[in-house]
Amino acid sequence: MNNIEEILSWCEKTAFDLNFNHAKQWKNNDSKRVIVGYLPIYVPREIIHASNGIAVGIMGTGDRKQIIKGDAYYQSYICHLPRGIIELALDNNLEGFDGFLFPAICDCVRNLSGMFKLSKKGKFQRYFDYAQNFDPFIGGTFYKHEMEKVLDDIYNVNGIKATKENLNNAIKLYNINRRLIEEIYDIRQKYPWRLSAVDTYHLLRAGICITVEEHNEILHKILNVIRNERGEAMDNIRVVVSGSFCEQPPVGLIKSIEMAGCYIVDDDFMLGSRWIQGDIADNTDDPLGAITDAYLNQSTFSSCYYDVGNPKGKRLVELVKRREADGVIFSAASFCDPALLDRPEMQKECDVAGVPHINFQYHENTGQFKVIKEQAGTFSDSIKLWA
Amino acid sequence: MANPKDAVKEKSMIIQKEMLAKQFNDLSKARETGKKVCYTFVPGNLIELILSFDMLPVYPEINALQSGMRKKSAGYIKDAEKMGHSEDVCTYVKCDIGMMLNGNIGPTGEKLPDPDLLLLSYTGCFTFLKWFENLNRLYPNAEIAMLHTPYQEDGQITQEQIEYMIKQLKEDVIPKFEKVTGKKFDEAKLKKLLDNSVQAEDYWVKILQLAKNKPSPIDAYFAGVYYMGPINTAFRGSEECLEYYKELYKEVKERADQKLLPVTPEGEMKHERFRLVVEGPPNWTNFREFWKIFYDMGAVIVASTYTKVGGVYDLGYRQNPEKPLESLATYCMGCYTNLNLPQRVDLIEKYVKEYQADGFLINSIKSCNSFSAGQLMIMREIEQRTGVPVGFIESDLVDPRYFSYANIKNRLESYFQMLEQRKIILSQESLTV
Ligand code: SF4
Ligand code: SF4
Repeated sequence: MNNIEEILSWCEKTAFDLNFNHAKQWKNNDSKRVIVGYLPIYVPREIIHASNGIAVGIMGTGDRKQIIKGDAYYQSYICHLPRGIIELALDNNLEGFDGFLFPAICDCVRNLSGMFKLSKKGKFQRYFDYAQNFDPFIGGTFYKHEMEKVLDDIYNVNGIKATKENLNNAIKLYNINRRLIEEIYDIRQKYPWRLSAVDTYHLLRAGICITVEEHNEILHKILNVIRNERGEAMDNIRVVVSGSFCEQPPVGLIKSIEMAGCYIVDDDFMLGSRWIQGDIADNTDDPLGAITDAYLNQSTFSSCYYDVGNPKGKRLVELVKRREADGVIFSAASFCDPALLDRPEMQKECDVAGVPHINFQYHENTGQFKVIKEQAGTFSDSIKLWA
Repeated sequence: MANPKDAVKEKSMIIQKEMLAKQFNDLSKARETGKKVCYTFVPGNLIELILSFDMLPVYPEINALQSGMRKKSAGYIKDAEKMGHSEDVCTYVKCDIGMMLNGNIGPTGEKLPDPDLLLLSYTGCFTFLKWFENLNRLYPNAEIAMLHTPYQEDGQITQEQIEYMIKQLKEDVIPKFEKVTGKKFDEAKLKKLLDNSVQAEDYWVKILQLAKNKPSPIDAYFAGVYYMGPINTAFRGSEECLEYYKELYKEVKERADQKLLPVTPEGEMKHERFRLVVEGPPNWTNFREFWKIFYDMGAVIVASTYTKVGGVYDLGYRQNPEKPLESLATYCMGCYTNLNLPQRVDLIEKYVKEYQADGFLINSIKSCNSFSAGQLMIMREIEQRTGVPVGFIESDLVDPRYFSYANIKNRLESYFQMLEQRKIILSQESLTV
């Protein structure tokens, strides 16, 4: 698989294989391998890799599965993501997963961890609490314990203890992964036409369903192509999309934004894969300490990360400037409290900085994009006119 | 049902009224008297610590619910939406922000003082984090302290979690109190306050458990929200709070001994037809109407989860004056919304059984994911484990747009019919046995 079109189509297929067959096949090759499913946004995948596991991101069902049972578990005013995930669990799509991690992003995901516990899905179901105190001796110690709990969970399944060497090796691999992803974003900042936002999305989303080694290889191949000119530049504006970090926008929405004349030069779609900014030290005697340190000091801004002292609105504006974007599209899932509660302040910061913005709400299975396309089109036109 | 004018104000009600009046009076004079003000949340609140520094607490959720009861919330919510808040998010936050935009006028008609300290004891609800980030921007001059309260994800409180909390208290929270008030942390004072708390907690549990009597002398939801006020908010640890619960216990015990039914806004109930356990917060905008549907049908709530947001004392937890910081830490982590779903289900099952409930009802709040996400599964589990009929209604805390009287009444009437039929079947079965 060397041809870029082939790679991208494989990525799309793998990213949206709701049976996660690729990961299951990987597991089947060795009885000591485990699959650990995690929900948005972020978990330190390094520790799972170091325990002979694969961390598989469960980002919802999108528009690829009809939700029938899941709706009976959630009131209409709760976002779509957890109902899709319950549907997957009830339909046995997650059979073969050894455990599940539910990061501390919101009360829906938190309570979903309890639903998995009640229905005894997997051998462990763990709520993974993000420390909200960023002192290394306080929040750092707590965060390290959170990781140790996960390591114990996996050990109880496969009897494998993550060694220092394995942890350092995993950190190394994920450092490469983050660097390659960032390079793609850097290239897209200057030459967004070389790889569409949808293709980038598929590429990153596939990365959370396969091993990091495989993903790195794919990223290398894609980079080898897009380091050179391809595609055709259009007279589009450049936007940053913000607010889609958990329930993912339907691919049609991403497509519509680009078709409406907006190059997406940065986004938070696959935020977990880009959570840590920069490298994590990969040759220490205390790799868990290194991961903790990175969490405390190198985390990106996010709605589930207490931001007093370093407000996310300001960080968004910095990102807009760094990416030389013309504006921001706030695009959040309906009923997503974390994203929606952050929106007014982030908009205010954009106003202060003179960054134009618009906003949409969606469900992962929204099927109609006409209005969104029109809005994005008008946004693009107005920016072009003023510029 | 007795005539409303027959309803006499009991001594405990008068005590509570006086406590509240004094509280708001103190708040309105805080700037003159030099008292410092701490904004904080109800679940897992550190009121004993706040009182030990002689600070005055303000609870944004209480402001919101009072705005709801005073029919002000609709306007406040609209104003928050005008400033960009989505229709979809927690209405408590929007109501509070709207109230601030309108001058932060409290229930007595006087302006609430700005906070000197924002104390985010972030327990059991993720939205609190967002709410305080917003407050931080609205009050840039206030000191802000964050107490991250780990969730009881494994159904227990671990030593590591306690240590994490204690370290935060020692290294961050208490120093901020000291900075804001200019006072040194007084452990002896905190211990004394905690000692009072323990005694009040004992009375509170005894009061709630009197609802095991048949008939129940109290409504543990609609009246329960009044009864829980002092212990869950500004007064736990104070002498007045202890007095209040002593008096309340005496009154409720007398009612139980005389086999009297709960007192409602329209007087005393005369028949207990159905005993219910309720999960979820009440609606505040139409609180009276909502309650009336129940008492008109002879439905008494014998246990509720909402009254446990400030602590699940009936499972045995008590503050521990001997280890004050550990006590505060454990208290914070023990609140109802900080329990995981299996723990919540176990608790409700216990209530249904121990309080001999005829049914289990959920009032699902549109804007509160902390309570609402997972409720339908809780409902199934309770139905399976206890066999009692389960009911489900939807409303909102303070957004009147989501309170549909007709809808709720219809649903409840059908539910009560179902309970009635089950009673008939059960009594026939017991006759044939
Ligand atoms: S979409 Fe938002 S509300 Fe829904 S689970 Fe994700 S973070 Fe929570
Ligand atoms: S989501 Fe629920 S618990 Fe949280 S602040 Fe809103 S009403 Fe309170």
